[in-house]
Amino acid sequence: MTVTAPVSGLLPALRRSAPVQAFASWKGGVAGTFLILVVLGALFAPWLTPYGFDVQNLPGAFQPPNLAHPMGTDEFGRDVLTRILYGARTSLSVSAVAIAISLFCGMVLGASAGYFGGRFDRAVMVAVDLTWAFPEILVALMLVAIIGPGTTGTLVAICVAYLAQFTRLTRAQVMALKSETFVEAARGMGASNAAILFRHLLPNCLGPVLVAGMLATGDAIILEATLGFFGLGAQPPTPSWGGMMSSGSGLLFKGPWIILFPGLCIALTVVAINMFGDALLHKLDVRERVRTA
Amino acid sequence: MSEPILALSGLTRRFSTGGGFLRPARSMTAVRGVDLQVARGDIVGVVGESGCGKSTLARLAMRLLEPSDGTIRFEGQDVTHLGGRALKSLRKKLQMVFQDPYSSLDPRYTVRDCIEEPFRALGEPVPPGRVEDLLDQVGLPRSFAESYPHQMSGGQRQRVGIARALAYAPDFVVLDEPTASLDVSIQAQIIALLQDLHRQRDLTYLFISHDLGLVRYFCSRIVVMYLGSVVEVMEDPHAAPRHPYTRALMESSFVPDPEARATIVPLEGEIPSPFALPQGCPFAPRCPRVQDRCRSELPQPTATTIGRVSCFNPIEA
Repeated sequence: MTVTAPVSGLLPALRRSAPVQAFASWKGGVAGTFLILVVLGALFAPWLTPYGFDVQNLPGAFQPPNLAHPMGTDEFGRDVLTRILYGARTSLSVSAVAIAISLFCGMVLGASAGYFGGRFDRAVMVAVDLTWAFPEILVALMLVAIIGPGTTGTLVAICVAYLAQFTRLTRAQVMALKSETFVEAARGMGASNAAILFRHLLPNCLGPVLVAGMLATGDAIILEATLGFFGLGAQPPTPSWGGMMSSGSGLLFKGPWIILFPGLCIALTVVAINMFGDALLHKLDVRERVRTA
Repeated sequence: MSEPILALSGLTRRFSTGGGFLRPARSMTAVRGVDLQVARGDIVGVVGESGCGKSTLARLAMRLLEPSDGTIRFEGQDVTHLGGRALKSLRKKLQMVFQDPYSSLDPRYTVRDCIEEPFRALGEPVPPGRVEDLLDQVGLPRSFAESYPHQMSGGQRQRVGIARALAYAPDFVVLDEPTASLDVSIQAQIIALLQDLHRQRDLTYLFISHDLGLVRYFCSRIVVMYLGSVVEVMEDPHAAPRHPYTRALMESSFVPDPEARATIVPLEGEIPSPFALPQGCPFAPRCPRVQDRCRSELPQPTATTIGRVSCFNPIEA
């Protein structure tokens, strides 16, 4: 490779990107594969299963796992695997979308509070700390009580419950970074506040914040399941993992598989997200990149 | 002297701190009433102990800090309160090299990104081949263009910092202790590089340092600061100093020759707090030549055969 040739091309750039690098590690590979399978399962649920998630078959209720129903059937004779696949749609999309919105708002709020400081900073932090004074589940329950049960309520609840964490993290990072000389140097070169925020400060705190977001997605799945368990999440007949566990809890001895499989799905997904987040954290650190030249 | 490229007059900067629940805000004067003229092509050295305001002076000249008082003229134009587009075009002519080569480069930027940043900051296209030219000029291999700062040594990073400062072909470069955090052998290389660039590119330097030996070697004029004020200006860096503080500084630099080594007499006493400056000459509490008058009156700069000095009882040549 000559030095003057631009190092471009989508493929090498993709190969160097942190998620792909994380995938190449043992831990990230296993976790990533599992997550991709879950997401594919959720996306292609209608084609993967011959059953409908809301089709009842009362004579076939309480079947233990067998060839026709690998995860058994529930109290209405619905296929548990089918409901898990459809449930993944609710659980994953609500958690991921909620965390994405929360992450974005938290980063913008935290970065501008940390960068500009002063009264704006104090106002933002007071508002954000108010939500942090209570456990996440309490904040979430309160919000769902106000908005009403259902996916929208759950979404807003998760958003607000994790906003404080992202805001505080970004703010702390930006405050540490803004006193670095390279920020002063950028100002000396004539860079605007927006350029400093978006080209220097945010890219430098992106790594830890993204990983925090990834790990929070795991927590958010549990929070969504908890709300579902309390009957405050997605409303029947729409399946969600938490809702399935809730209805299975009363039938623990009659049909343990009804609660076992959604529980297992929640646990494995959360563990996989944490593992992948961990692998990503390592790869996002530029200092770990080896010199290629 | 022809028209100076940079002229500071009465430049003052105050900082206020504290202002807590039970504490009133206090203010300190980091730079007070500095008058300084820098001629085109000069290398002006600013020396003083840490905390004497020399870095603040550099940042005021760079318009990175707003002066509380006084004016800055660059190429005859008053730039004290310049803003917006005019300030941006001033930035093209006025650049800075920072002390710490470790934190002055963004860890996520490659060398190419760093050197191109001045153009991007002003929203202008990067001239093709400029990065490679600059790497050649600062003595770095072209293959470094895609490297990250953490893959380089302190000296190499400082060369990147210099290349970045020169990217826009400035007329005036502020060097804020560019060698202070480098090994002695690397310091020599960087100074030699700065000398070469000064010759080739017709630059003017404002060189901030606490190393008087280095300043005497490198600079054509020396400005000595103490607690925010200029106490002496020496047009000839090798002349004998007139101000007792300058002499104390010179006597405290180490001499490598054991034969020539004399006993170092350290200055007595502590630097007064910049929050509570003494009345009169700020150096009076530590001065070996102090008189009654020094404690009550502030000495004004007076011309000497080698420059000017602010002292009631200067050392005779």
